Amino acid sequence: MSFLELDRVAKQFGAQTVVDDFSLTVGKGEFVSFLGPSGCGKTTTLQMIAGFLDPSRGAIRLEGRDLTAVQPAKRGLGIVFQSYALFPHMTAAENVAFGLEMRRVPRSECRERVRATLAMVGLAGYEERYPRRMSGGQQQRVALARALVIRPSVLLLDEPLSNLDAKLREEMQIELRQIQRNLGTTTILVTHDQNEAMSLSDRIVVMSQGRIEQIGTPQETYERPASAFVSQFLGKTNDFAATIDRTATPGRLIAGSWSAPAPAGLAGPVTVSIRPERIGFGDAGLAAKIVTRIFQGNHWLFQCESECGAVIVIRQNDGQPQPAEGEAVRLAWRPEDMSLRRAGAAA
Amino acid sequence: MSAVVDAAPPSAKPATDGRDARTAWLLTAPALMLFVGVLVIPLAMTVMLSFHDWGQYKGIEPVFILKNWHEVATDPYFAEMFWRTFRIALLTTLITAVLGAPEAYILNRMSGRWKSFFLLVILGPLLISVVARTLGWALLFGGSNGLVNKLLMSLGLIGSPLPFMFTETGIVIALAHVMMPFMVLSVWAALQRVDPQIENAALSLGAGPFTIIRRIVLPQIMPGVLSGAIIVFSLSASAFATPAIIGGRRLKVAATLAYDEFLNTLNWPLGAAVAVLLLVALVLIVVGSNALIERRYAEVFR
Repeated sequence: MSFLELDRVAKQFGAQTVVDDFSLTVGKGEFVSFLGPSGCGKTTTLQMIAGFLDPSRGAIRLEGRDLTAVQPAKRGLGIVFQSYALFPHMTAAENVAFGLEMRRVPRSECRERVRATLAMVGLAGYEERYPRRMSGGQQQRVALARALVIRPSVLLLDEPLSNLDAKLREEMQIELRQIQRNLGTTTILVTHDQNEAMSLSDRIVVMSQGRIEQIGTPQETYERPASAFVSQFLGKTNDFAATIDRTATPGRLIAGSWSAPAPAGLAGPVTVSIRPERIGFGDAGLAAKIVTRIFQGNHWLFQCESECGAVIVIRQNDGQPQPAEGEAVRLAWRPEDMSLRRAGAAA
Repeated sequence: MSAVVDAAPPSAKPATDGRDARTAWLLTAPALMLFVGVLVIPLAMTVMLSFHDWGQYKGIEPVFILKNWHEVATDPYFAEMFWRTFRIALLTTLITAVLGAPEAYILNRMSGRWKSFFLLVILGPLLISVVARTLGWALLFGGSNGLVNKLLMSLGLIGSPLPFMFTETGIVIALAHVMMPFMVLSVWAALQRVDPQIENAALSLGAGPFTIIRRIVLPQIMPGVLSGAIIVFSLSASAFATPAIIGGRRLKVAATLAYDEFLNTLNWPLGAAVAVLLLVALVLIVVGSNALIERRYAEVFR
């Protein structure tokens, strides 16, 4: 299982701890994303794996051997940089061939592998182009080819798609995923874009302020966020106050005029967290008034003012009539779709 | 995008073209007049002067003869002096390139505060007069008891004092020091355009530090080194103060010779011929090498 292992890795710059207690095992062929806002330490972690930075504490192991003792040039990892960092004075083919030259791969084999890799990223026929004469997307593909041609044990991607426009980014995501699946290269992606992380990864590591908030599949992190930070960072979420009344038996969870049997454990004031697409309009439930209604093509976005404060509701545009602005509605949801935490717990 | 831009103007162009051109001439007129008045006219007069005659007792005679040019072209004294000028300039350029490029590279890798401090150290000398800096070198060289000779001898590098004053070696050393900031600045500017991650990219692909410098960094800063070289070469070839102080009367270069012809011999026409020849040679060298550089790097750097 464990192909790449980070064991309680930490990085300090002076008195400032940038990454702390970072433990993760990555399986062979797995696609893992480090997701978090800027300054959360995700790039620092990637640079420690790459060897551009040394961890202050902890160990990084690849196939059981200690990676921190290995020179960055000898680690054999493929890296795609945010700026691509292509060599501007070399053609696309020369860029891709550089890593093979350093490995003293025979010339004929080198030429064949460069050709095949450029074809794989969809750049057949662009061998003699200089990076300056290529579009951002093409440069990105050259960078990917350059990283993949050396058959790296791990592919590290540092926000590789953030400089592309939205449409191209989506195309590259699909392509990147296909290439990664076909080659079976263990891949770590650093990104601040939750959609990118969710659509590409097998597992997501959500980070905040140098610490891991949650490790899980995209679905797990979205459906069962381990913390308020995760639920707010991954998609939209509603947080509002409720109380658990234990005087009656069985206890009840009450939020305004909405109530449900209380789950075991908590008592008193709690915070309810629920995704906007899990809330429906019903006959009974939390009383609310629709403030604004925004049409977004495949779905509607409602901003409601409820008894418990502002609530966002997203409904599929399935052709059914939707409530109008100013209309009074009742908001209802299934108890299993929400998560509860003690009121005042870290938001 | 560009198709729209290309398609739109032609219909509007003919009407505004004439007025646009007039406005452009009008706006550039003051600068143009200054340029013509202080550069083109004196230059043309110098060129004309080089064709005039001169005699010890008759002074300058405004006639058109090739005497001065014939003398400059045939007398081996002038050939030797021009070769010396360009040899000194070339050596100075080489030294500043070999020392200045690594200097700029190291400077660029320093962290914040040290970087600004050392940038000031490198640029500081530009604030001091060339004459003062060269006189400083003259003090260091000064005869067999000069500090430089004492140091070299105490290090055991040389057995007896080397002559620095009134030698090409001395001029080259002092000129290299004077010109160094221009090279460092030029390479520094080129380094600013280099992607800071590019060395990491090469590192991750398995390149050692020496390979990274030779195959990744150097090719990218080469245009900076070359443009720095053009600046240093042309400034060194036409330098006056440093060769005048270190070289003295004994070791003349083109600039000091022209000066002497003008102010000591009072043979203005001959001095003008030397000055014009120096100018023409420099323009040819600079324009020629610039064209070569641009052709060599056109594909990559624009």
